Amino acid sequence: MKTKVSRKEAAEKIIHGTFLILGLVTVGCVLLITIYLVIAGIPAIGKIGFFKFVFGSTWASTAAEPSYGILPFILTSIYGTAGAIVIGVPVGFFTAVYLSKVASKRVKTVMGEAVSLLAGIPSVVYGLVGMLVLVPAIRNIFGIPDGSGLLAAIIVLAVMILPSIIKVSVNALEAVPKEYEDASLALGATPTETYFRVSVPAAKSGIASAVVLGVGRAIGEAMAVMMVSGNVPNMPSLFQSVRFLTTAVASEMSYSAGLQRQALFSIALVLFLFIMLINATLNFFLKRKREG
Amino acid sequence: MKKVVICVCAAMMAVMMLAGCGRSASKGSVTTDGSTSMQAVIGVLGEAFTAKNEGVNFTYNPTGSGSGITAVSNGICDIGLSSRALKDEEIASGLTATVLAYDGIAIIVNPNNPVENLTIDELSAIYTGEITNWSAVGGSDSAIVLIGREAESGTRDGFESITNTVDGCKYRQELTSTGDVITTVSQNPDAIGYASLASVKDSVKVIAVDGVIPTEQSVKDGSYAIQRPFILVTKTDVILNDTAQKFFDYAISNEASELILSAGAVPAN
Repeated sequence: MKTKVSRKEAAEKIIHGTFLILGLVTVGCVLLITIYLVIAGIPAIGKIGFFKFVFGSTWASTAAEPSYGILPFILTSIYGTAGAIVIGVPVGFFTAVYLSKVASKRVKTVMGEAVSLLAGIPSVVYGLVGMLVLVPAIRNIFGIPDGSGLLAAIIVLAVMILPSIIKVSVNALEAVPKEYEDASLALGATPTETYFRVSVPAAKSGIASAVVLGVGRAIGEAMAVMMVSGNVPNMPSLFQSVRFLTTAVASEMSYSAGLQRQALFSIALVLFLFIMLINATLNFFLKRKREG
Repeated sequence: MKKVVICVCAAMMAVMMLAGCGRSASKGSVTTDGSTSMQAVIGVLGEAFTAKNEGVNFTYNPTGSGSGITAVSNGICDIGLSSRALKDEEIASGLTATVLAYDGIAIIVNPNNPVENLTIDELSAIYTGEITNWSAVGGSDSAIVLIGREAESGTRDGFESITNTVDGCKYRQELTSTGDVITTVSQNPDAIGYASLASVKDSVKVIAVDGVIPTEQSVKDGSYAIQRPFILVTKTDVILNDTAQKFFDYAISNEASELILSAGAVPAN
């Protein structure tokens, strides 16, 4: 008997150990990437000068007198992400309320499948459709010479972040205890009042994390954006050709050498810090709301 | 990728220098140095040459035309590679240029664009933003949309140096591949772009430059202006070692023409 138990214990220990090692693989990857980015990204910032790098408005990495200012990329990434959130969050939020509270079972199944499908489409396909359909459409609707630019990128990003916003919000809304809603209805509130006054506030932390996911996906997207944004390092403006932090790295990495390559790593480091900052800020607000 | 190639080549060169000439002479070696635009052409030639001559050591150091010319005149490599013609003073300093191939850069517009021909001056005025409307060059009254390539592209370098617009182009879009340029131009009736002649498809219209349509023939006889030669640079009064001479002869032979065509250039021989 005793040997059987200890054998079982040993097996348990081995399994736990294996899980721990597998878990550490993820942590190890994060550490490796972080350390590598910092080591690779710092030298160029030192050589160019921090203020010249972050607040310089001209990027001409291959000109006779190169200039490495990434302010256009930073602003474009911020504007692009903000625009995608402004369009994507309301659409995603109301879709989620509808799917979780109002829709009949059949509508819910069909719509839910459609949302899952949207999540599974590779970003290069978003880019291709954007390039062949959206860019010419923007050109015709607004009567401008060329449709590629910040607006096209914002629309593509808004569609790309929809699935994550909808799915996470639906899960959060469905997790609200039914008693809350029943109590509200029993007190005489209409169903709509109940959804927005009771269910949504109860699910706010889940909905907020849906927005975080959306921001994260939007700011980190490169492929789809590269195909519709025109890719010229201008200061951002709605109908101008722009370059994002991600596409700045992606479009020059294959050819770059020397200081230019180091500067691209510095851009990646800035992007990394941005994503950390966004996550930290939103986590902070989430925690404070939950405690307050 | 290029960085890797450079590192490998540098490492190979370092090893060869350390090992001395004795070892490399036994199997034979060819060292080439220069133009990055010639990477595709010299790559297929080098591969085919080493496949035919087992044990031969072939190296290519992609440093740019200028340093390739310097390297061969200093005796650092056997054959220099240049994607521009040699200047008079370079020829006077004792270098010989042998044209290996020509690289034509086609100017493409949307098939619906009525413009058939542009001069080099018009092209540089368009790309620097002096001419912004198609009506100024015989087209419809609409703004010109300039499509170009990313900063390090060999095609962009060739186009800008021939039209005298280096660092002066006011691009609307900077795309990262020839295919993207062709797709974008085929989608936008007001767009103009440039692409390697070998890659151009029917979805766009190739226009004449100074009255000449780019074809294999017009690139070869030099009547089409936006082209550059791919040149093998050697020292006039120094005889190449046997292996390097063998490679040189192979590269300009009829046998190699097919390979050069497959790499997207027009063979000179």
